[in-house]
Amino acid sequence: MSEVQSYAPGTHPDMEAPVGQRGIMLWLRTNLFSSWANTLMTLVGIYLLYKIIPPLLHWVVLDSVLNANNREECQALGTGACWAFIKDRYKILIYGFYPIEERWRVNLSFVLLIFALIPILFDHVAMRKPWLIFSGIFPFIAAWLLLGGFGLAHVGTDEFGGMMLNTVVGVTGIAFSLPLGILLALGRKSHLPIVKSISVCFIEFIRGVPLITLLFVASTMLNYFLPPGTTFDLLLRVLIMVTLFSSAYIAEVVRGGLQAIPKGQYEAADSMGLKYWQSMRLIVLPQALKISIPGIVNTFIGLFKDTTLVLIIGLLDVLGVGRSALADAQWNGLAYEVYVSIALFFFVCCFSMSRYSIYLEGKLDKGYKR
Amino acid sequence: MGDTNTATAAAPSANNDDHLIEIIGMHKWYGDFHVLKNINLNVKKGERIVICGPSGSGKSTMIRCINRLEEHQKGQIIVDGIELTNDLKQIDAIRREVGMVFQHFNLFPHLTVLENCTLGPIWVRQTPKAEAEATAMEYLSKVKIPEQANKYPGQLSGGQQQRVAIARSLCMNPRIMLFDEPTSALDPEMIKEVLDTMIELAETGMTMLCVTHEMGFAKTVADRVIFMDGGEVIESNEPHAFFENPQHDRTKLFLSQILGH
Ligand SMILES: Nc1ncnc2c1ncn2[C@@H]1O[C@H](COP(=O)(O)OP(=O)(O)O)[C@@H](O)[C@H]1O
Ligand SMILES: [Mg+2]
Repeated sequence: MSEVQSYAPGTHPDMEAPVGQRGIMLWLRTNLFSSWANTLMTLVGIYLLYKIIPPLLHWVVLDSVLNANNREECQALGTGACWAFIKDRYKILIYGFYPIEERWRVNLSFVLLIFALIPILFDHVAMRKPWLIFSGIFPFIAAWLLLGGFGLAHVGTDEFGGMMLNTVVGVTGIAFSLPLGILLALGRKSHLPIVKSISVCFIEFIRGVPLITLLFVASTMLNYFLPPGTTFDLLLRVLIMVTLFSSAYIAEVVRGGLQAIPKGQYEAADSMGLKYWQSMRLIVLPQALKISIPGIVNTFIGLFKDTTLVLIIGLLDVLGVGRSALADAQWNGLAYEVYVSIALFFFVCCFSMSRYSIYLEGKLDKGYKR
Repeated sequence: MGDTNTATAAAPSANNDDHLIEIIGMHKWYGDFHVLKNINLNVKKGERIVICGPSGSGKSTMIRCINRLEEHQKGQIIVDGIELTNDLKQIDAIRREVGMVFQHFNLFPHLTVLENCTLGPIWVRQTPKAEAEATAMEYLSKVKIPEQANKYPGQLSGGQQQRVAIARSLCMNPRIMLFDEPTSALDPEMIKEVLDTMIELAETGMTMLCVTHEMGFAKTVADRVIFMDGGEVIESNEPHAFFENPQHDRTKLFLSQILGH
């Protein structure tokens, strides 16, 4: 207590916090060892990591085999994963049975998809407006590229498969279910009784039925309602069903966001003389959608993984193709390798969506924290 | 209740030219609850009216009927020569001419102060963006916060937000301004800056209807003070007479409560 110092009022300097109250020691203490329960958890966590990480590393990397011609060779060369199998089959996992000489069209569509997504996902890109116009016409370009016609060889949708099929279903579902879901959410809050009841019935019906049921309806029952003689592409039916299904969920998520907008916002917009669609577009939806981002992305992630359900009505998505590859006599029994690869594909896609949603929330939050 | 006949006899065609707002025998119900009972009120161009009365007496409801945030069920409301009916065109026409300032500001939190002010002119009046921004800056200067133009409302104090809200309404170049307790949500030290802004606005000759309990403001600015209770206009008089010589017991009671302590 020798250095008790006094300062004149108003002149006290900022001082450093004592050791143990700052830096890495503080972090360790508060996060890992703050109590005996926390310490125990930390130790259990370290033990589990010790048990899991090394074997995994061996299987995936150290003991795995990259080059081999069949399963026997693989097993002779290493005890880990037989990636040679995936190397041999990755094309079919990606493209399904899309004609080999036309696969460049799938690649090009994918590159254009990324290109079309950039101005939608990021708002600080140069020339965003004309770029967005490209994004708007991209679906037509992609449809032309993938299906053919107008100078390109025709490819039937029954030849679509693999990750490409999952991506087509997922991206289409996402792109169309968001606007449809927003309209349904607004419809559900509408003062017009007819609009309101149609929206409510639609949402409740779709949400009350499993997606598989809807897909079965798409694959079989729709023929019942269509005029005889008309053919209606199976993939198109699936796209419609998936879009409707996810739009009902989006509608509920967005409705939650709309509910959170104070009445005063509507009143301020009304008293200014804004028309209904103007106040929705300029005032209400920007705020409501911002709140709804986590729920919307959650729905999209669910939708993307649900694209594997098309397997049940006979479309060969990546899971279907993977299972058929497993039946190969040469490579018998390498299920882990196939499923791990497929899981990785879905994980990368879904994790990216999740990270993007966090990025977007952070960005939108910056301006106007209350 | 007997005087409804005389009130409704004044047809819209007979309306007086310098009456910007005419409310004739107006009633409103919330379900079975009779909120507004036979309201009759004329507001001349440039007139400044302060409306006071106990909480729940229907003050907000009445001024919100003037721009159709609430719908009345009986009687007539004629604003700037246009009668309020279910016709959306007429409602929009009236809303363009009537600005409103709310107790809780109701600024748009996702837009900057400047964007809050230009939104209405750009989308409702089709003003070119540059012109709308110039006008907005002018009004932001008048309410003394031009330097906050690029901030978001959440970054401003309550008093500043309310002044932005006033500027936002003025940018629409309205003929009438409605205020619903503009200072009741403010910390005491911020009330004055908002009242000063309103006094300056009054000096420009704006027609104003103002629900407030700021009796000092009423005394200096109002041409007329209206006292409401239980959904009725109990008393209406010029401020001096209203405060010095209230006619009704309920007015006296209210004034003693609000000025007394
Ligand atoms: N949307 C509503 N539905 C039902 N009753 C309401 C509604 N808004 C206001 N009221 C009632 O109408 C009465 C008048 O309200 P209001 O005009 O807000 O009073 P004031 O502004 O004078 O305090 C109050 O009794 C209030 O409870
Ligand atoms: Mg009120």
